[in-house]
Amino acid sequence: MMKLHTQTLSELSAGLERREFTSVELTKALLDRIATHNDKLNVFVTITKDEALAAAERADAARARGDVGALNGLPIVHKDIFCTRGVKTSCGSRMLDNFISPYDATVVEKLAAAGAVVLGKTNMDEFAMGSSNETSFYGPVKNPWNLDCSPGGSSGGSSAAVAARFAPAATGTDTGGSIRQPAALTGTVGIKPTYGRVSRYGMIAFASSLDQAGVITRSAEDAARLLGVMAGFDERDSTSIDQPVPDYTAEIGRSIEGLRVGIVRQHFDAGLDEQTGVRVKEAIAALESMGATTVEVNLPSIDLSVPTYYVVAPAECSSNLSRFDGVRFGYRAKDPEDLLDLYCRSRGEGFGDEVKRRIMTGAYVLSAGYYDAYYLKAQQVRALIAEDFKRAFAEVDVIAGPTAPAPAFRLGDKVDDPIQMYLNDIYTIGANLAGLPAISVPCGFVDNLPVGLHLVGPHFAESDLLRCAHQYQLQTDFHRACPEAFQ
Amino acid sequence: MRAGWEVVIGLEIHTQLATRSKIFSGASTAYGAEPNTQACLVDLGYPGVLPVLNAEVVRMATLFGLAVNATVARRSVFARKNYFYPDLPKGYQISQLELPIVEHGEMMISDADGNEKRIGITRAHLEEDAGKSVHEGFEGQSGIDLNRAGTPLLEIVSEPDLRSAKEAVAYLKKIHTIVRYLGISDGNMQEGSFRCDANVSVRPLGQQELGTRTELKNLNSFRFIEKAINYEIERQVDLIEDGGTVVQETRLYDSDKDETRSMRSKEEANDYRYFPDPDLLPVEISDEYIETQRRTMPELPDAKQARFENVYGLKIDDAAILTASRALADYFEEVVKATEASAQIAANWIIGDLLGALNREGWEIDDSRISAIDLAGLVNRIHDNSISGKIAKQVFEAMWEGEGDADAIIEAKGLKQITDSSAIEAVVDKVIDANPSQVEEYRAGKDKLMGFFVGKVMQETGGQANPGQVNKILKDKLKG
Repeated sequence: MMKLHTQTLSELSAGLERREFTSVELTKALLDRIATHNDKLNVFVTITKDEALAAAERADAARARGDVGALNGLPIVHKDIFCTRGVKTSCGSRMLDNFISPYDATVVEKLAAAGAVVLGKTNMDEFAMGSSNETSFYGPVKNPWNLDCSPGGSSGGSSAAVAARFAPAATGTDTGGSIRQPAALTGTVGIKPTYGRVSRYGMIAFASSLDQAGVITRSAEDAARLLGVMAGFDERDSTSIDQPVPDYTAEIGRSIEGLRVGIVRQHFDAGLDEQTGVRVKEAIAALESMGATTVEVNLPSIDLSVPTYYVVAPAECSSNLSRFDGVRFGYRAKDPEDLLDLYCRSRGEGFGDEVKRRIMTGAYVLSAGYYDAYYLKAQQVRALIAEDFKRAFAEVDVIAGPTAPAPAFRLGDKVDDPIQMYLNDIYTIGANLAGLPAISVPCGFVDNLPVGLHLVGPHFAESDLLRCAHQYQLQTDFHRACPEAFQ
Repeated sequence: MRAGWEVVIGLEIHTQLATRSKIFSGASTAYGAEPNTQACLVDLGYPGVLPVLNAEVVRMATLFGLAVNATVARRSVFARKNYFYPDLPKGYQISQLELPIVEHGEMMISDADGNEKRIGITRAHLEEDAGKSVHEGFEGQSGIDLNRAGTPLLEIVSEPDLRSAKEAVAYLKKIHTIVRYLGISDGNMQEGSFRCDANVSVRPLGQQELGTRTELKNLNSFRFIEKAINYEIERQVDLIEDGGTVVQETRLYDSDKDETRSMRSKEEANDYRYFPDPDLLPVEISDEYIETQRRTMPELPDAKQARFENVYGLKIDDAAILTASRALADYFEEVVKATEASAQIAANWIIGDLLGALNREGWEIDDSRISAIDLAGLVNRIHDNSISGKIAKQVFEAMWEGEGDADAIIEAKGLKQITDSSAIEAVVDKVIDANPSQVEEYRAGKDKLMGFFVGKVMQETGGQANPGQVNKILKDKLKG
């Protein structure tokens, strides 16, 4: 039997179908692998061994009955931001270290209904605020390609889990790049769909108008498969969009002949690591060789995306995180003297520095006298950025560029410099501000660290992004490369 | 009002909308359940949950907007009002700030001189209620009941157009009547379904500029509202006349002491950091939707009162009383439909005897022990001379006590009016024979004694003789 952990979701699916192995065997193999290697990487907040084995048994029984869901018996991991009934849902925070969710997120429910087996909940930046996984209450995740480096963030546990072959697929969430940047830094595929494509119900909110769930996998084909299950309207989320979900796996097979690829000049400015830029340009050249045409497009307001984001996201987070007050759930300070003391110490002790920084920034930009100058202005700029993209997509089908300015950085390098850390998301934030779908695909290495190619499309163009990524992966094998220590 | 001064009052009414489920969740809104049994994860503000707007509240707000001749916004936006309080689970209240669903309405009231006066309605917006802190029974701690959290409210804000406590109450009563007419609120003030805050300021008569206002809270009955405002007027005028200044603050009305006292000043006020709620889309409604709602609008109190005056010929005061609630008006019309007697007679019975009986019990018309059809039955027996008005009161009491309908009671008690002339003549003869001296006095010109003879005859017949006939026969016989 071929090593199970090296196979993609699609390959494993075929193996299960051919009865080469059972879901229980597959689940046990991966759980063993996790037990052996997790300590090196700190990927998991919770390993759900018993639940996983029970789910695998149910999947095998379902298969025996001929009753198989789209993901029957296939192992996945969830970012610990998704509420899972009866299982700790920490959001990477001390605040929720004791929180056992009484319900399942819609994403969790849908994947379970399709037969997926959940191996555990992955580590993440606290409340998804961070780009390196260093803000987690549970300590940083390490990059499987270099244990001294960050796997990116905030979905760093999910990206590391997939890169280290702990699981073929992981869920993630992306508010400013939190799926795509970790995917780029770990040599995996990460897609953030159109805002509203996947339900946010049960996904602990960071910045509601930017948050979107997506997946991290090794192949675009697997991403298409998972996304097809996760996407769709949810009456419990008013911002989810009621539009049919295409069969992404059927659409990825078509050639990209004639696909118009936009290139944004600013994305290759001084902020970009030179070698990273070379890899990305090679990838774009490869797309051209496959029949795509490139066009330079102009996004005049894109340089304002980072400051805009760091007004809008903290504003929303300052309000979203108000419910963590020590009263009904989560961390509660010991022996409070009075109500104010209960609030101040529960929040003071329960939240980490980065979360506090953003709450305070957010409260500031929303406060009387500053609202117009910051929040309102940022919303206006946000509209301009969305307008830029709209104009660009009148001329091109996708926009290609680097996902992150450089390969994985060393843990500790940027942790004391929030601005440097924030700049890691400079290429990804625009898609969140405009609600656009975007994907990161492995496109080579710099000093044995992976580099990601970033593709952004117009609203609901997930099919084009997945197709472009899949066709590219048919011509390349960067996504098949496995970190030395995790063969 | 003290001479030389004028008061300026604006009211904010929080009316609870009568939906079955909450404004952003499926939990029940029923009143009086065990604490925290009607709060779902959304109401509890659990991590990851999201609000979904109850379409019913949009319909109700639209009806209200149409009823007060307001603009119903084609696009309104929910915003978050951020503040920390234990009974506010999310740490913010979902409300509407810049784009409320209803704006620029009006309400006509009668001022002190009985003239029509227009009171502007600035806006009415939708929001969720908070829970309730419970301070008794927890020994040094507070309990929180979140059953009320997420209950839909329509906050109705008036222009500062009111010039006396009486006008304020007249306006409030009118709004109270309207929301109940529309069926959008039960208006129950004891249960907090209809609450009011008053902004009160005073200024020297003739001054254009507004004085500094205070906001009065905890006004949960019409009587208290009037008393609180009057107390506050006196307090402010006293303060200014003594050389002091009014401080902008929130004051709580204490009905036990009949006074207002300071709760918090403007300096201590929160910065609520309002911003549009990103979890909810703007509410967009079409002209077509509004027209559909307009067609479902019930007849409103003013129109109904006018119709009662014109169509039924009721006295103005009676028409006003009968249209105070839709249920009472419906009851009246049902009685009228089932009787040949005049509408005014039906009105008299409802206003006099029925409302009297209901008031004794503290009941509403819906609690009446006598149905409209049964009351019509009673009125019909008076109309067809089966019983006199006096006997009818006796029958009414028996009906109230549940002894059956009018016919059954008249039959069982043998109360049918005596209209047989020969029978009445026999009694009259007997009375004349028995009272010779009175007869003599009467014949000598003491007409007043007629009442004495009628009384005697009625006494003899147990009140059942037809009074008209008794009078006529007596007159004839006494002539001699």
